[in-house]
Amino acid sequence: MFDLTGKSALITGASGGIGGAIAHALHGAGATVGLSGTREAPLAALAEELGDRAHVLPCNLSDAEAVTALPKQAAEALGSVDILVNNAGITRDNLFMRMSDEEWQSVLDVNLSATFRLCKGVLRGMMKARWGRIVNISSVVGATGNPGQGNYAAAKAGMVGMSKSLAYEVASRGITVNAVAPGFIETAMTEKLTDDQKAGILGQIPTGRMGTPAEIGAAVLYLSSPEAAYVTGTVLHVNGGMAML
Amino acid sequence: MSDIADRVKKIVVEHLSVDEDKVTESASFIDDLGADSLDTVELVMAFEEEFGIEIPDDAAETIQTFGDAVKFISDAQ
Repeated sequence: MFDLTGKSALITGASGGIGGAIAHALHGAGATVGLSGTREAPLAALAEELGDRAHVLPCNLSDAEAVTALPKQAAEALGSVDILVNNAGITRDNLFMRMSDEEWQSVLDVNLSATFRLCKGVLRGMMKARWGRIVNISSVVGATGNPGQGNYAAAKAGMVGMSKSLAYEVASRGITVNAVAPGFIETAMTEKLTDDQKAGILGQIPTGRMGTPAEIGAAVLYLSSPEAAYVTGTVLHVNGGMAML
Repeated sequence: MSDIADRVKKIVVEHLSVDEDKVTESASFIDDLGADSLDTVELVMAFEEEFGIEIPDDAAETIQTFGDAVKFISDAQ
């Protein structure tokens, strides 16, 4: 089950905790992976760890031209892009009343506009192949909101509406478009929280623990698989029950 | 019929699964040949590859009929 042998996947934000776990999951199922991110060193380290079938494709997602060029570079390196995982994301948290235009725009650019451009860039190949999987990594806060994250929540909710619209358009071509919405996951980002903050968060999670990056990787693997052909336009919430949507 | 028209017709017939004699000069891809809007995008992609040309989005929107396609490609060559 969930065999991706012969498929190629482009994963953005692969240098992060969740991105790395997604790369491991898809690569472990037999896919060739293109690891994209801003920092080249961790990408190279991940590629080395994975061994064969791993390519490093550095890209600054706040640079629109670089983003537009990435799908083509990926197709050249990987042979094709059958699976796209838009995982890269940044935060620029601030109270709404203090949020600058720059904080708003930079988060929208990287989290939402780059996702739009990458989806657009891989569609031609997927349409011709009559097969494709796009998995956009949203967030629980896109559905619930979160104080201090007006920009991030807007971008993550925007990804969901965009995914659903695109899912309608390309479903007849064998292409599915879905979102995964992680809750609190153990990453470098959540490690910075104080023990009090962690205790507060855990109190809201029925499973009583944070999720692991591998649990997000598994969700992405499912949605990327041939078995998930009948699942499109959906959001798979992986949040330990903290928001039952 | 020109070579370009023949090649365009072959793509249209194959992609839309229509009879060759329905693909007339004035046949509209959407109204007469049963294409949906995404089919027209795919046809333009196929034309670009067959003829090694770039068809910008605003030009693609003006290609509504078989005749439009043949004329655009002939002019572009």
